[in-house]
Parts: sequence; C-alpha cells; structure tokens
Amino acid sequence: MAELNTGDGGGKKGKVRSKKSNPGVDLTAMVDLAFLLITFFMLTTTLAKPQSMPLAMPDKDPIDKTSTPIDESRLLTVLIGKDNKLMWYRGKFETPVEAPTEAVFGKDGIRKDLIKQIKIGKALAERDGKPEQGLIVNIKASDKASYKNLVDMLDEMAITHPQLYAIGDITPGEIDLLTKSGLY
Amino acid sequence: MTAMCDVAFLLLSFFIMTATAKQPEPKPVDTPASTVIDKLPDEGVAVITVGEKQAFLTIPGADVRRKTLERISAKYNVAFTEDEYKTFASMEGFGVPLNELKGLLKLEAAKRNEAGVQKGIPYDSINNQLGDWIKFTREAEKEKLDEEIAAGKEGVVYKDLDVAIKGDAKEDYPTIKRIIDILQEQKKNRFFLVTGLRDENF
Repeated sequence: MAELNTGDGGGKKGKVRSKKSNPGVDLTAMVDLAFLLITFFMLTTTLAKPQSMPLAMPDKDPIDKTSTPIDESRLLTVLIGKDNKLMWYRGKFETPVEAPTEAVFGKDGIRKDLIKQIKIGKALAERDGKPEQGLIVNIKASDKASYKNLVDMLDEMAITHPQLYAIGDITPGEIDLLTKSGLY
Repeated sequence: MTAMCDVAFLLLSFFIMTATAKQPEPKPVDTPASTVIDKLPDEGVAVITVGEKQAFLTIPGADVRRKTLERISAKYNVAFTEDEYKTFASMEGFGVPLNELKGLLKLEAAKRNEAGVQKGIPYDSINNQLGDWIKFTREAEKEKLDEEIAAGKEGVVYKDLDVAIKGDAKEDYPTIKRIIDILQEQKKNRFFLVTGLRDENF
C-alpha cells in the first residue's frame, strides 16, 4: 500500500541508468500511531473538564418569614444511616402515612420506592387540585453517612425528578429510629 | 494515503497544541460519581477540595488571588512582601493555615504539592480561616469585575463568584456539612458539587 515513489522523474536524455529496485517505505505503523495519538488527545481533552452538580440550599434565615404550609402526606423523608443504608417514610415523623422502610441505594433499591412514591404524591396533589405539584423529598443524612451517599441521593433526585427536594438536618428522634433499626 | 497522513498529523498537531497540561493539585481526591452531565463553568469558579478532613482552596485568576491575599493580610495583620504576592498569584490551589503560608511560599513550586506538605485550611467554628478566604475571594472577584465594568470592557456582566465543592467520595458527611454551613453563613446558597462520570447502567 503505502510506498514512496522513487521512480525516475524525467531523467536526462541519453543517460542510461541501471534499473534500481524500488525501496518501499511502509507508513502503516506511523499512521497507526498518529491515529492512536489523535484518539488519545481527543478523548482526554473532552473528558478533562470536571462534571458538576448544581445544588441550591434553602436560605438559613430568610428575610421573608411567611411560608406556605405544605401537605405533609406529600413529604417524603429519606434518612441516610451507616454502611450505605437508608430509611424513608412519608408524612409526619410521629404519625407517618407510610411507615419507615429500610432500603439500599441503586436502581433496585430506593429508586423503585421513589418512583412509586412520586406517583402517589402526584395523585395526592391532583386530588387537592394542585396538578403542578407533587412529591417533596427531604434528604437527611446522619453523621455516619458519607459524602458519596449524599451525592448518590442527589443523583436519584436528578433521575426521578420529584417536585422539590432539599437537604435537611436530622432530628434526635430520627437518629433514635435509625439506632433502633441498627443503621446508626 | 499521503492525504490521510497529512490530515492525521494536522489533527494530531491541533490536539497537542490545544491540550492543556493538568495542573498539579495539592490534594488529589476521588470524586463520587453521578449521572448529571453538566460541566463545571470554565472560568471564575473557586473550588474547595475536601479530603481526609482537610480543606484546600483553588482561587481562579492571578489578579483575584493577589487581591484576596491583600484582604487576608489586612484582616490578620500579616504583611507579605512583593515576592510573596507574586508567588501566591502564580499558585493555583493551596491548603495551609495562615501561619504556615509564608513557609509554603518559600518552597519551590514542585515541592509544594508533595504529599504531607500542606495540611489543610482550618475551618472549625473558632478558627474559620476557610470562611474568610472564601469571603475575601468573593470580594476580590467583585472588585475585579467592577474594575472591568468601569473600564468599559465589553461582555462583562456582574455575577457572584461560583463556588464548587470537590469532596472525596469517602469523606464523611459532617465534614461536607460544615463546608456547606460555611458557605451558607455568607449567604452562598447555590454552589456546585464536582462529580465524576457514572456508567449508563446505574
């Protein structure tokens, strides 16, 4: 295939040259290397930019103290305990609509529950005549949770899209609940 | 064949020229993965790197770094020489308590990022130096933008400094919570979490 053309380029008239054998230079390896490097640089230049997840926290001491009460049956609380385990309940802590349930991270764990709960939340909002609203998720990580757990949970929010989600502070009662279930 | 060769090498030269060398980091961390594929903004992002309970700060832009150090110098009554200002302006990320900063600036650039040289900016509630650094960086960024707007530079709009938290996946939650609290104490409620890429089947 790749050869350097070394044929006589219009030699002088009258001079008889001995016919040389054509020394072919194989460029295949060089081109292979060139393309390998291209691929490498293309991939590294686009992947170098770090990804990021935008996060908006609620204002700690809002100037506007008036808040609209929300329907607590649409509030899902997720408690993150130790060893990548979590627990969720819907409704008030004292009188939950859906009792605290243990779950794990991932698509077979909390994702299934979340999708189900979001449907229920949507139905509840529609019943109350607020079809644009839905489930509200409050993420409460305990001191035993890792940063990865928090990002995983935020990621679940990005996948399942509840109406709202926020990161809250865990209460002593909820820590007791986690302790009793062996998650703290 | 010749044409393909030419194109290949042209592309190769292009990518080599445009590729930027990775800046050495004082604290390499393993960020958690996520499916969100938004990219971090190109410029004007201060990154707080957290790993092993140590906090490091990367201030964007040499002039912002210099202005930040001027403010820190005024608040903590530590005077810096012109050389120290220049060295600090050329330094991307750092993570030392203020009393060790002069020592760090004396070191050679290659030595600064060796493991164990920098042990993090204090961020506890008694000695919240990290909070001051972030506050002054925001002020410095604002001053820079104000100057640019006053000078009539085109395309400059005022925006608050973006802050990103780059935490190690194994970092425990209370440490990250403390960093978030520091940001919220200065009414910085919107920020970024730096994450890595997660595979499709999550």
